[in-house]
Amino acid sequence: MTTELTDTVGVDGAAGPGGDQTPTFDAAPPEPYRTKSRARQTAETVLPPLVLGAAIIGLWYVVTYVFLDPGKRFLLRPPHEVWQVGFADWENFSEILGGLWSSTRVAMIGLAIAIAIGFFLAIIMSQAKVIERGIFPFMVVLQAIPILAIVPLISFWFGTGQTARILVCVIISLFPIIVNTLFGLQSAERGTHDLFTLHNASRLTRLRKLMLPAAMPAIFAGLRISAGLSVIGAIVGDFFFGRGDVGIGQLLQRYANQLDGEQLLAAVFMSSALGVAVFLIFGWIQNLAISRWHESGSGGI
Amino acid sequence: MADTVTSASAPAGAGANGRTALAFDEIGMVFPDGTEALRDISFQVDRGEFVTIVGPSGCGKSTLLKIASGLLTNTAGTVQVDRERIGYVFQDATLLPWRNVQANVELFAELHKIGKAERRKLADEAIELVGLKGFENHYPKSLSGGMKMRASLARTLTLRPPVFLFDEPFGAVDEITREHLNDETQQLFQREGFAGLFITHSISEAVFMSTRVLVMSARPGQIVAEYEVPFDYPRVPDLRFDPEFANLAGEVSHALRGGHS
Repeated sequence: MTTELTDTVGVDGAAGPGGDQTPTFDAAPPEPYRTKSRARQTAETVLPPLVLGAAIIGLWYVVTYVFLDPGKRFLLRPPHEVWQVGFADWENFSEILGGLWSSTRVAMIGLAIAIAIGFFLAIIMSQAKVIERGIFPFMVVLQAIPILAIVPLISFWFGTGQTARILVCVIISLFPIIVNTLFGLQSAERGTHDLFTLHNASRLTRLRKLMLPAAMPAIFAGLRISAGLSVIGAIVGDFFFGRGDVGIGQLLQRYANQLDGEQLLAAVFMSSALGVAVFLIFGWIQNLAISRWHESGSGGI
Repeated sequence: MADTVTSASAPAGAGANGRTALAFDEIGMVFPDGTEALRDISFQVDRGEFVTIVGPSGCGKSTLLKIASGLLTNTAGTVQVDRERIGYVFQDATLLPWRNVQANVELFAELHKIGKAERRKLADEAIELVGLKGFENHYPKSLSGGMKMRASLARTLTLRPPVFLFDEPFGAVDEITREHLNDETQQLFQREGFAGLFITHSISEAVFMSTRVLVMSARPGQIVAEYEVPFDYPRVPDLRFDPEFANLAGEVSHALRGGHS
């Protein structure tokens, strides 16, 4: 029996982008030959999204002023009015920022708790197949419950306060952390495990010096997914509960009810910006942590 | 020392001359699925001996090393070896990608709880020995196949193993690099005087480095021929073009193809 030492441990692809633990046979993939000037390269990177962005704004004006008759124009206010009312008016904008901050806090506390629980569960699952087999089905069930089905249940049990909101975030962001961390912990090559066996490494040493470092790329992939989900959880919880500390979810609901089209759009843009910011921040942390040795680099935007 | 593996009755002859570092006695291996990988393997490797096993792929050569190191347990026979500081170089370099060369080479010493300063000294020496000086801060992803293998060798050298197992370590590198590595391994052997057991399917590699070549048959693996290699150390690269070398390589090749003479 010859063991294939180069094999990466195959787990089902449910982990998404966590699986890119390629065996490192060669140096970095070849750079394309540089035949264009740097300025031209920059232009080619920056121009397409700018052009498309301009086209979208143009289309937006067309819809507002051409397709909508004046009586229905409140449905889609033109871009400059959204800017003036939603962003440039400090009173309105600071209200959105305040809501955003409240939701961010909820999301980050929820994420932190999900990380703690997720790491703990993934680590004990990685130590014995029996535990993995026991816990995993319940994780899948938990993951399969639509968030809109669980929010009423949570408010039924825990009310509409901070605890309930944080709980929504924990539930929605837990699964990707567990799956990716577990996948990562199992991703160390068979040959490297043999090394630790040969030199009588303890379970803890194996975990600390082999399994956890090997898991880092997958852990970060999971974190980025979960961070985004946690933000969504915070907004959905706030939107549904509609009481207590005002988050961006409540603002969205209020603007919609009051037909404040400009502020509604501004709040939507800012929610999206929050999601992007979270994604970028976690990408940046990932880069700091593993880009020295891992092939994948930053990934994403 | 405490880890010497013996069964109830020590095999006759093992350790008779006091220099035997590794002794297989009637080793057999049948896997749970019924595959018989090895049958009745008996031989010894003394300190200062470099024994190479050549055999067709899948004949159980690697299994034998796994048994020697304790990664697998044989189903028949006994092994005698001190497993406390056994050196084992795999087919792949199996470097930890998140550690640079220095930290990778220090790994074993670290696992054996050797202090930081001592670890560093051992690693520096080993890195120097395999010619990786200047690459201490490189990560495996930026090393060539040959350099990774050197780092892997250095990592094992830090333990000064009295028994050194090599599982086709140079199979994946190009011919020129392989000859360099053969040359360096042979010098290391001369310098360290360990008991070496080397697995390969390259006859030229086997004859060039070894004091003795064993030929293994296809599955179930059995030793079918044995050749003493008479050349003195240090061996020079041009030895490969010596008529006597070619003769011996021819005989080994013949045995490998099925003839027993």
